[in-house]
Amino acid sequence: MSTFLSSNAELIISLVKIALLLFIVLTVNAYLTWFERKVVAHMQSRWGPHRVGPHGLLQPLADGVKFLFKEDPTPAGADKFVYYLAPLLALALALTSIAIIPFGPDPIHLFGHDIYLGIAPPDLNIGILALFAITALGVYGIALAGWSSNSKYPLLGGLRSSAQMISYELSLTMSVVGVLLIAGSFNLKDIIANQTSTKWGIFGWNIFPQLLGFICFFIAAIAETNRVPFDLPEAESELVAGFHTEYASFKFAMFFIAEYTSMITVSCLCTIMFFGGWLSPFPASWTFTHYLPSAILLPFGLWVIWDGIRYETIFGRIILPAVGTAITALGAVFILFPDVNTFIQGPFWLLSKIFIFLFIYVWMRGTLPRFRYDQLMAFGWKLLLPASIVNVIITSFVILAKMQWGPK
Amino acid sequence: MTAPLVVFFVLAALAILGALSLIWQKHPIHSALSLIVVMVALAGLYLLMGAEFVAAVQIIVYSGAIMVLFVLVIMLLNAGIEEHTSISKLAGVPGLLLVIALAGFIAATIARSSETVQAAMQTGAISSTKGISNMVFRDFVYPFELTSFLILVAIMGALVLAQREKS
Repeated sequence: MSTFLSSNAELIISLVKIALLLFIVLTVNAYLTWFERKVVAHMQSRWGPHRVGPHGLLQPLADGVKFLFKEDPTPAGADKFVYYLAPLLALALALTSIAIIPFGPDPIHLFGHDIYLGIAPPDLNIGILALFAITALGVYGIALAGWSSNSKYPLLGGLRSSAQMISYELSLTMSVVGVLLIAGSFNLKDIIANQTSTKWGIFGWNIFPQLLGFICFFIAAIAETNRVPFDLPEAESELVAGFHTEYASFKFAMFFIAEYTSMITVSCLCTIMFFGGWLSPFPASWTFTHYLPSAILLPFGLWVIWDGIRYETIFGRIILPAVGTAITALGAVFILFPDVNTFIQGPFWLLSKIFIFLFIYVWMRGTLPRFRYDQLMAFGWKLLLPASIVNVIITSFVILAKMQWGPK
Repeated sequence: MTAPLVVFFVLAALAILGALSLIWQKHPIHSALSLIVVMVALAGLYLLMGAEFVAAVQIIVYSGAIMVLFVLVIMLLNAGIEEHTSISKLAGVPGLLLVIALAGFIAATIARSSETVQAAMQTGAISSTKGISNMVFRDFVYPFELTSFLILVAIMGALVLAQREKS
């Protein structure tokens, strides 16, 4: 047994990492729906989910159970194979793209192996291209779902979404070229490493030379994930629910999870490409910023305990202080063990930035109205694509000028 | 059998099965899906050879862009199940001969150029992004630009056809 373990160590580590990441991503997905409903509700002066569990925290669980036990009818005349394949494809591709994201700079030394955070090997030279390859295949999930349902609204939704995703994929890819030119690599780790700055960390980030590229990228990415204001494939006032009208029960849930997972992937990409990934925005000499994770976790954990003690239901009075204690303990661990604290810095910054982008996603859903279809197409082809091409040309000229006349 | 060899045979079998299914499927969408399987399997084979960039581009361009267009057109035209005609003997016999001849040509070419391919893989001329861009934008820049001219002509043709329809 032990010889088997040692000879297949890489394989076993990868499998454990995949299982762990899958669990984390699905949990984050579930609570992202809770977060979205809560934030949008508060923006609209409502309470949002608050019946199931304290602060509605068990709502995702209740939703999951509901998805599993609902009746799952297949529409008459549907192409069975493709109808079952489509949600599977959407979910599998969305989850695969997460595997390419590196979550931290340093490996953990465990059992004599260097274990990197993230599933893909850290020297994956085609990192960003692999991501785009997976996104390129993502269209099929939606297009085939619309076609195979044998129903007119899903077909229209599927056609719309294919057209939209093909159009915006161009701008998405072109807007990243500037970053790739600066970094000189497709490797996500190299792209982050290239954004290190000697003074204030924040001024080394790609967002400053690449502001135009970032704006194009973010808009195209939102369109690519079919979110508001670009959620025309599922515009309920025109198309019932678009491509997933005929899907119920867990197959619908699979589309849902796929959408939220691609939101997370896009937030990761924004962070890595334009906002320095796991780099701190502060100067490297400010070592006291290393206590920032604890400074956030400790008060938050104490607040959860305080809130939990006064909660209305008995269940809340038990579960909330327990969660609060766990968060406080985590914050205390970071203070007490300096090694853990330095290790956690990279993932902490990466995850905080990702969280900010997820919040922006939700914020936009609460704020912006939907585009009209022709406006969407005109915007993508006549404004976004030329802008991202202009960005590529300007960036290349600046880099060329620096190579010619700049300091050697 | 080593792990790469196992992966090779799995991918090769997938590609061949996909190609056969492409011909045998009755519905155009199923045929298109089979073609996507072939292309993804080919990308996997490129990846196995260490040609990461080619693999990624294969998926982005062929499985992504071109096949999406195929699927979109099939969906738009709402193409139904094809009618299969029985193959005439006249087409069958020369066709079989042609298939054998083509397979022979390909096998001979592979056998002859295997050493140069191996050498190119060693130097990274076909596997690394840098090597490919050096070839395309330095050594073969004029043929490459000619290809883009060809695509421009095709786009203009499509535009002319679309405009004629309108007026």
